[in-house]
Amino acid sequence: MTAPVNNTAPADDQAPAGYTGDARTGKKPLLSARDLVQEFIAREAGGARGGVVQAVSGVSFDIMPGETLGIVGETGSGKSTLARAVLQAPRPKSGSVVFRDMELTRLHGRALLHARRDMQFVWQDPFGSLDPKWQVRSIVEEPLAAHSVGTRASRHKRAEELLDLVGLDPARYAKRHPREMSGGQAQRVAIARAVALEPSLLICDEAVSSLDVLIQAQVLNLFERLRRELNLSYLFIAHDLALVKQVSDRVAVMYLGKFCEVGPGESVYRQPLHPYTKALLDSIPSTEPGAARTTATLRGEPPSPVNPPSGCRFRTRCPRAADRCASEVPEPRELAPGHLVACHFPLTGPAPAESAATVVSGTGVSAPGVSGMPSTAKVQG
Amino acid sequence: MSPVVSTDNALLEVEDLRVAFAVGGREVRAVDGVTYKVEAGRTLAIIGESGSGKTVGCRAIMGLLPTGTEISGSARLRGTELIGLSDGQLRKHRGSEMAMVFQDPARSLNPTMRVGKQITEAITTHRKVSKSDARDQAIELLRLVRIPAPERRFHEYPHQLSGGMRQRVVIAMALACRPKLLIADEATTALDVTTQAQIMELLLELQQELDMALIFISHDLGLAASYADEVVVMYAGKIVEQAPAKRLFGAGGTVKMRYTRALLDAIPHLERPAHTDLPVVTGRPPDPTMLPVGCSFAPRCPSAADDCTAKAPALTEHAPGHRWACWHPCENGGTA
Repeated sequence: MTAPVNNTAPADDQAPAGYTGDARTGKKPLLSARDLVQEFIAREAGGARGGVVQAVSGVSFDIMPGETLGIVGETGSGKSTLARAVLQAPRPKSGSVVFRDMELTRLHGRALLHARRDMQFVWQDPFGSLDPKWQVRSIVEEPLAAHSVGTRASRHKRAEELLDLVGLDPARYAKRHPREMSGGQAQRVAIARAVALEPSLLICDEAVSSLDVLIQAQVLNLFERLRRELNLSYLFIAHDLALVKQVSDRVAVMYLGKFCEVGPGESVYRQPLHPYTKALLDSIPSTEPGAARTTATLRGEPPSPVNPPSGCRFRTRCPRAADRCASEVPEPRELAPGHLVACHFPLTGPAPAESAATVVSGTGVSAPGVSGMPSTAKVQG
Repeated sequence: MSPVVSTDNALLEVEDLRVAFAVGGREVRAVDGVTYKVEAGRTLAIIGESGSGKTVGCRAIMGLLPTGTEISGSARLRGTELIGLSDGQLRKHRGSEMAMVFQDPARSLNPTMRVGKQITEAITTHRKVSKSDARDQAIELLRLVRIPAPERRFHEYPHQLSGGMRQRVVIAMALACRPKLLIADEATTALDVTTQAQIMELLLELQQELDMALIFISHDLGLAASYADEVVVMYAGKIVEQAPAKRLFGAGGTVKMRYTRALLDAIPHLERPAHTDLPVVTGRPPDPTMLPVGCSFAPRCPSAADDCTAKAPALTEHAPGHRWACWHPCENGGTA
């Protein structure tokens, strides 16, 4: 989402309303990203330049200390690229990332390594992110050794404490290899490693998506406990809106490199303003028998980020799209406290006249907080 | 045709199916006496965690398990017994009468072959058709699975397609000979929620069009509630609960087995306020080489009592169409 006022706003200025969890208290955000842009050159056969993949196109957000920002989007929406851009791996093409008063995009070498110490990552596949030849204890110790924390003996002890913290008995698991563990246990090791240096921000990229539902619930509860005990902030990325909402204070919905809606989790769920958010909500399997069959799902697939649609990037799949959506990029507007949407025809207002026939009434949300189950309203594609 | 002809109209009847492997000299009973049936045009969901035996059971029916696997019991497809058939005999049924779609479409497709060629191969393996007829049928199949511009896609490689499109191609291949039974093994797990919804809708539409029986295997009870007619919940190789979806879920749902309840409760729900702990059961499924004497869920069960660890409850039909295996079933569906 581009900054509404001025796209070169320095990050330490007053943040635009809605980006921050609690702008009014005047507290400083822990992480502040402004106008992040990440592009890659797509190569065609033979290495010829095939176009520019616009993976992230001007995304701004803040994360306050102790706050969890959830990012939800489909494959290819740029959510993982965004997380990596925050981490400077690789560096974003433009934009600013201020983490604990340090401008990461201008840091190099040791200074950047040092700054990253407080910002740790948990990836989707624990078996891909843990060295299969290492014992669990060494894996958890590694960040401590890399940053020369304590002595060898104290690191040893700390690794055991960390395993205990994530619910693995060190006596049983410290000497195992990742292969000898289940997916959920291996992910706990990855989490123990991530919190070893007592970071203030944990970036979780689909960290529970590959786990069985019971194990997923255990790991989600672990994240929740660590948040309380270590006062962690999270940038929590997943494609499942229900899961993201469960752990997040605020939820950002990302589509094709841009935020289309940002707001408090409850508000985004009760009163989705962007048609895409509505479609995501409708796609979640409900535990009501046969409920999904009455809901028209989103048609088609996201267009290529190499050549995104003009104007609003969602317009090619949007049931409410009108001429204006093709010509004009929707700017984010705050329609409810802290709740921003980038849409010309958000779901609070009437559908545009041109496409009114394809939209069943009932998509308009009457009053805040009473829109009910998402499956009750019907969007025809 | 086999002389044994089933008396009712079930398309697939599985009876007391058992699958055992030898792992490191110890016997693993991956599937331990599973019984169910599916009728044409109906959808059965088999739900369970990794290692519950849900996939192994279906692979046994398809004859896709490695040699040395001990399979016993019975699986009859339109009256024909499949268990015990030789690979050559099975090949006549596999693909033409029953087909399977797997989780990862990227790995089910050959990355070096154009998708059109892969679909025509599926057609010509089972039918004597000319090259141009096979091509026309393949394009028709791509159209059937709602792939836009099928003539163009026919000439593309798997890497040029998105995950959802690839899964559609795999489904097209599975449908090449219009099978009567389609097994989808976690076919939507690797996909986005929006794509998952599209693929599930597609499967159900195709099922109606082709009058197929559909078995889908998943770990997600939400999917079962939304799309299945009948639900089978498996734990440690056994069916622990079996009922029509309408009976289990929704308002007035009556989940009886504690494990089903736990699976249902662990799904992050939009109605739940943020930062609240999800109700969880601790631990993980038992080691399949050392199954407990009693109920295999007892070590993790919040309401386990002495009788649970002493003797395993049998799967019994307690209400019409509703079977469960539990000594202390949930009251009122177990909703807190």
